[in-house]
Formats: sequence, C-alpha cells, structure tokens
Amino acid sequence: MIQLAEDSNVGGPGAADQGNGHSDTMAGRTIHVRVLRQDGPGGESYWERHAVPYEPNMNVISVLQRIAERARAEDGRQVAPVAWDCSCLEEVCGSCTMLVNGRTRMACSALVDRLLEEHPGEIELRPMSKFPVVRDLKVDRGRLFRALERVEAWVPVDGSYDHGPGPRISPEEQEDAYPLSTCMSCGCCLEACPQYTKIEVVQREGESAEEFERRRTAAYDRGFVGAHAISQAVLFNGHPTGRMIADERLQALTSAGGIQVCGNAQNCVAVCPKHIPLTRSIARAGRAATVWAIKRLFDR
Amino acid sequence: MAQPRVLVIGGGLAGLAATMRLAELGVGVDLVSLVPVKRSHSVCAQGGINSVNALTRQQGDNEWKHFDDTVYGGDFLQHQPPVKEMADWGPRIIDLMDRLGVPFNRTPEGFRDQRRFGGTLYKRTAFAGATTGQQLLYALDEQVRRYEVEGRVKKWEFWDFLEPVLDASGRCRGAVCQDLVSMKFKAFPADAVILASGGCGLVYGRSTMSMVCTGSAVSRAYQAGAAYGNGEFIQVHPTAIPGADKLRLMSESARGEGGRVWVPRTPQDPRDPRSIPEAERYYFLEERYPKYGNLVPRDIATREIFDICTTDGLSVEKDRLCVYLDLSHLPREMLDRKLGGILEIYEKFQGVDPRVVPMKIFPAVHYSMGGLWVDYERSATGGMEEGSIRNQQTSIPGLYAIGECDYQYHGANRLGANSLLSCIFSGLFVAPSVAGLATASRAGEETPRLFEASLRRQEERHEALLGRRGGQENPYALHQELGNLMTRVATVVRRNEQLAAAYDEVCVMEDRWRRCSLSDTGNWTNQNVVFTKSLGDMFPVAKLILKGALLRDECRGAHYKPAFAMPGIAATDPAGKRREAEAWCDRFEANTRKWLKSTIARHGADGHPQISFEDVDTSLIPPRPRLYGLVGADVIEEVWKERSRGAADDAPAATGAGRAVAAHV
Repeated sequence: MIQLAEDSNVGGPGAADQGNGHSDTMAGRTIHVRVLRQDGPGGESYWERHAVPYEPNMNVISVLQRIAERARAEDGRQVAPVAWDCSCLEEVCGSCTMLVNGRTRMACSALVDRLLEEHPGEIELRPMSKFPVVRDLKVDRGRLFRALERVEAWVPVDGSYDHGPGPRISPEEQEDAYPLSTCMSCGCCLEACPQYTKIEVVQREGESAEEFERRRTAAYDRGFVGAHAISQAVLFNGHPTGRMIADERLQALTSAGGIQVCGNAQNCVAVCPKHIPLTRSIARAGRAATVWAIKRLFDR
Repeated sequence: MAQPRVLVIGGGLAGLAATMRLAELGVGVDLVSLVPVKRSHSVCAQGGINSVNALTRQQGDNEWKHFDDTVYGGDFLQHQPPVKEMADWGPRIIDLMDRLGVPFNRTPEGFRDQRRFGGTLYKRTAFAGATTGQQLLYALDEQVRRYEVEGRVKKWEFWDFLEPVLDASGRCRGAVCQDLVSMKFKAFPADAVILASGGCGLVYGRSTMSMVCTGSAVSRAYQAGAAYGNGEFIQVHPTAIPGADKLRLMSESARGEGGRVWVPRTPQDPRDPRSIPEAERYYFLEERYPKYGNLVPRDIATREIFDICTTDGLSVEKDRLCVYLDLSHLPREMLDRKLGGILEIYEKFQGVDPRVVPMKIFPAVHYSMGGLWVDYERSATGGMEEGSIRNQQTSIPGLYAIGECDYQYHGANRLGANSLLSCIFSGLFVAPSVAGLATASRAGEETPRLFEASLRRQEERHEALLGRRGGQENPYALHQELGNLMTRVATVVRRNEQLAAAYDEVCVMEDRWRRCSLSDTGNWTNQNVVFTKSLGDMFPVAKLILKGALLRDECRGAHYKPAFAMPGIAATDPAGKRREAEAWCDRFEANTRKWLKSTIARHGADGHPQISFEDVDTSLIPPRPRLYGLVGADVIEEVWKERSRGAADDAPAATGAGRAVAAHV
C-alpha cells in the first residue's frame, strides 16, 4: 500500500552504475582491443584492431558488445561483428571461455579496469587453442562433453519415479562433493593442460553426418579425457549410488587417453575459475585406478 | 510416424525434466537448444527449491499451506488446481533430485537442510550452496546425457526454433529450426512440440537473465496463433548488482540466511556503513513488516526499496540508487558454506568482500510470471488429472509450454524458490500427456508439403534480412532503446499515460526494425542475423506487455499503478479506523470482482495484441487481502476475518468444492 511518487523506474536516472577505480581518470579514453579472428574452420587466422570508448565497470563481454554494435575496425573499415559464445555473464554457465591477454579465463569476469592495470593500453583476445575454431572466438567444445559420456558422469538411478529420498549424506561428504559439482564445463583446465592437445576432425567429401560424427567421436576417445572429466568421475565414484558403477568409470580412466596421460603439470587447478581442487581429484582417481588395476590382476 | 517422437525446445530445468521422463516412457526426443543444454539459464537460479518437508510438517506445515502461500503470494491470479498439484508433488520432486545426486546442504545428522524464503513463515527451501539451479540442472543434464548415449535422445545444440508447423486443422505437426553454426534450416516433424524456452528478460535490455532469454521462441509461437497470458506480470527482483552488461542477481537466500536490508536514517550518510550505529540505521522492511521482515514477497520488497530511494530520498548514494544488503554480522564460516556462490559473484564483479562490507543492491527485472496460455484438466480432488492431453497444452493443439514460458503457476507474483519447482514439475507432468498424444497422433498426407512451405518461408525471411541495404538502423542500438523504454515504463511503477505513449513508441521501433541493416551478411555462424531476428520478435512481446499493463487499472502483485492504489488507513481513532477498514474491504471486494482475471493476448492480423480476460479458478482458496502483517493494516485483517466468518455462516454450501468453477477458456 505504499505510494510511489517519483517519476522513475528501475532503469531510471541514477540507476546506471558507476565505476570503481579508473572511472574518473579514464573518462573519454579509448580501449584498444586486438582480436585474433578466423572466418571459419580450417581458415587462416588474422589480427584485427578495434577501438572502444571506455565506460566504467566494463568487462570483456561489454567490450565485445560494443564491437558488434560499431561493426568497424579501428582503421574505420566496416567489418562483421566478432563471433563469440556467452550467456549468463556471471561466471556460472561456462560459455565465454577465451584467452584474454594470453590467459584462459571467462570473458564475463574479465574486468576491463583490472586488465588495463595489468597491461595498460591494450586488451588481446584469442580463441581457445585446444578446440577447433568455429569462427573468431567461438570454438567447438563437443569433445569436452563427450568426455563426460566416457566416464559415465551420472548417478545410475533406476528411473525418475518416486523411490523416496536419496541416501543420507554427512555434511563432510557434501562439502567434499559440492565443489566438484560446480564444474561448469568451461574448458579452462583443458586449455592450460600441456597433455591436452587439439583434435580437429574435418568432414570428408560425401561423408554422411552420422559417419562423420562416429569418426569424430572415435578420434576424441583416443585423446586425453582431461582434468574436468577425471574430477567428475571422482565426484560420482564418491556418491553412494554413483559408486555402484565405479568400476566402469575406472575402466574408462585407465583406458587409452585416461589418467595415465596426466603429466602432473598442475596448470588445471591454477586456471580453474571455480577453484575446483582438480589436482586432488586427479590424485584420488590415480590411487583408485591403481588399486583397481591390482585388484583386477588378482581377480583373474 | 511409426515411432512416437517429441520435439522439445529448450534444455533448462523444464525441458530436461520433460526429456528425461519422455525417454523413460520410451518416446524418442529431439532436444533443440540455443546453447549446450548444460549452459541454460537455469544455472543462474541460486537460492533453492521449495517443498513441505519432514521438519516443517511437524511445525504445522503441509502441502495445502505451500499451495496457499503460493496463491496468496501470487495475489490469487493463478488457476488453483495446477498450483495445488505442484505443491503436492513438491516432496517427491526434492526426493528425486536428491537421488539424482544433487549435493543439497546437509544437517549435522545428514538430512537435507532447509532455509526460509520470501512469502512464507516456514523453512521450506532445500538448497545446494547458493547455486541450486546449477546443481539441479546438472543432475538432469547428466540423466539426459545417459539417455543420449542410449540413443533415446538426440540433442540439437546451437539451434534456433523458428516456427511451429501447423496443419490445415490448426494442429501442430512439428517445427522448423535453424543451425546457428552452418545457418542451415531443418524441418522437425513431431507428434508434439514442447516449448521450454524460458523468460523474455532481453525485452528489458539488461536484466538478471542470460543472453539467451530473448523470448523469441515464445514470440514465434504467439505470432503463429498461441494465446499469451498475463504478459504484464514481470517480476522485478529486489536485490541485484547493477552492471554495464547485466544486472547480476543477489539471491533472496542472502536474506533467508539472516541478511538485513537497511539505509542510513541520514540521507547519503557519508560514513563507512560499518561505523553507523544501529540506532541510525533504518531497517525499513523489518519495521514495516515485523511478521515477515526482510522476507516479504519480492513485489513488496522491490516497491519498498524503490520507494525508500525515490520518495524518501534515502538511497545510500546520491547518483546511484541503492540500499544496503548486510551480511557482515553473520559468521563467515556459515556464509561460505551456505552462500559461497553468490558472495563470490559480488566479490568478483564489485571488488568488495560482502562478508565484511554491506553490499549495495537495487531491484532488477528478473522473471516473467506471464507466458503462453496453457490448459489443464481438473481432477476430482481439485488438482490436475495426470496424463490428460490438455495439461500444459497451448491454444494450438499439439503445442505445449512448460517452465517459465507458461503462465500457469505464479499469478501476479512468484515466490522465491518456487520457479525451480514449477519448472521441474511441469516438465515431469507434461511427459505422460504428450506420450499419450504421441501414440495417438497421425500426421496427414499433406504434412510434407507443410514443412516445405514453412522451410521456404523461413529461408526467404533469412535471405531478405541478409539482403537489406546497409547503413540504416543498428539492431544493437535499437535493442538498447527498447530495453531502456520498457525498463522506464513497465517495471515497478506503471502509469497509463506513459504506457500508452510507450506502446506507440514500440510500434515505431518495430517499423524501424524493418529497416535494420546487418553488418554481417555471411552464412556461417552469423550471430548478427540471429540477433536481429530475435530482436524483431521482441516487439510483439513488448506490445502485449504494455497493452496488458495499460488495460489493467488496478494494483496486483508485481503490477503497480499509483493511480489505482488502495489507500492506507489514515484515521487514528478506533471508530474511524474501523470505518475506513470497512470501506477498504468493500473496495477490495469490488476490485476482485472486476479484476481478478487473467489477461489473454492474441496476435492480431494487424500486428496488435487482441486482449480478452479469463476468469480465474479460485474454487479452492477464496481470494483475500494481501497485507503480510503490514503495520497499521491490522484493522483491515480484522474486518476481513469477520466478513469471511459471516459469509461462511450464511452459506456453508458456498465453500470448498461446492463453489461454482469459473469457465476455463
């Protein structure tokens, strides 16, 4: 029953945000952005320079939005907007991974003020190097999702009909599992991993979509599964119902492209935007795989 | 079609729940999504999911009370049988998600922990840290991946739904979609199409919603003839962090765990908030609503925050409207364990630690209560009849809508932590309805020709867009204009003269859109043309929101018009108060008779929405004034209670199931 008098609304005057830090000194300035572009899969990549007027509280997403809106390179040439993936803009959907100033990270949480502090004058954007480029900063991360199938990253329930609650779980177990479960499949850990190398399969002339997909999946399955998938296997092998197929996951982790490929560089844990203890997962998976292999030896 | 096949558009909670259940029922599913389904907007839901539980049950709670809180919170603008059914399913749904491995927070003994959310006095909300939506989505994503490996589900990620394909009788026979990478078009024949495409936040430019929440899929169904219900009911969340690209949500769970909203009693007090003594802080929600405190429903909290900043001039900052949301008095360990996810977001984007310093927040567009009109079949017990092909069916036979994109569950205002429930519930519940239909459906011989015509139409539209002359309207700039306008006139406070003017402006913008030129005319991963298309489809939605808001001359839930607000009690003497309360209740009853109706929009041939009104089935819980124990309004509650008692005594047959049920269109 309150009476609102002001003639404004949530986006009305004053609702716009103000910057911290650089806003005063940076007003009226220009941000220079260097983008590594590629028109399509297998094409040549090329650098393109853009100039974007500085605004307070910008992130790399808003910079790319301005570039799309302007559709002109710094030299005034009309160019197509840069293609990139994004969705939630709050670092929880995992879409907008790219190399910002050479570092793999989410574009949404890459704040311009901080980037300019680290590296005055220019921001450099490149697509992830471990996945095939679709266009510009957009890459095909299908292999990452395929790895989740390889390690059967799910709880094998009977079905979705009512069977009462799940198993009792202690707060300690929950606190152990929860961080692993926040993995948003962004791929940062894979980009940073020296053992994870790019696999790009190109559709052949006359090859059907199904044949191509089969061949591509087979190629992916020979490659390293990656830290994210190993950590998911650990997550589900720790779940009271999930561990009912623990052997199948360990089988996958000890096959070609499994955990033995890990070179213990520990880059994965350093770049994970969600601070997931990936190296701990890898260590756990390694121990479990060893025990499992020995057990299998004696079971023969 | 020999094998039944269903097309699901959208892979958030609702779409994945439906897909999982359909696969389990042996129905093949094509799942189309703008993004990999694991990246759907459901990941942004933070606080939790509501259901009566073992603990609240022993405190007097039950499914009926959850149902009652939901319709009271929604200001009675939702048909009650579907809401009752949803509340009844709550406990089973939480149990299911628990079995699927969702890492719900635990009590020391190992049971699921719960917290309190807005609009209820019970701790009904199960949660997984402050990323509950993400955790629920992942659990369903994992199950659907399992079915995908088994070949029962085929995902089409980075695909856009363009139009439903209808046969001569008006029945939906499938859809035409576009690959956003290769830009190729494809026909998807299906026994049924389920839209689970979420909200339309991008109509407002910046909101708490993800970039995929364009509302375009729903708009395309609407333009193809599907009716749209209660479009004007847009939830503005009380607590968000303003940003240049997005307004980031700060979950209601921050208040559920003890966070307090306040402003300094001195306008723009320059002191560090931590050094302002208690007596000089105005905890306005707690003072005005002692019963619910900081957990009044969102529409009320939003108006109060807005009012304290604009009318009372007590915004924390002068140039930027905001209030404090304070967690700094709470134990750090608890905050990290229960709210870690959202605190990191604040810290990351604002550079300030909210465990130490009060956060600065302001309301932002968050959720669409309205959406595609959907049907239901009432069961003998007052719920929904499971398996009826009418459940969740839009006004186009064979086309269904679930999740945020239907209008069914939240009325005029959604309670926090009810959306995850309605999404999963409607997804699970629609599956048997559609599965039954799938085996009964027979596509006619003319169907292939229908798809060819539809494909041709979409290809031509696409080519026409690519071929537009350069240098005219810029779609991104036009989108900002639309967003600014909608945010200015159709959020917290609405005025008829502004709404009428905005409607005309939107019509002009729509015309200008026809002159939008593209900066990318290629046919490979052309995000420019995809965005321009979805922008074009925002105007019909914007128009039905504005028209619905313009016509509704009352205040209900999130829809607030000062010109039609109910006055407060001004008198101070008992007799005067009593008299005013009687008059208030008379007016409330008259308003209920006139306005307790859903707004139904249909896309007119002239491009304007044709509005009609639908009676609401309130046969289970009679509407009552929505006061939430507001200080000074107790006399109204008193008078209302006396009247209700009197009515019950006079006509015992008029209560409960015996009441006439309003016709359902």
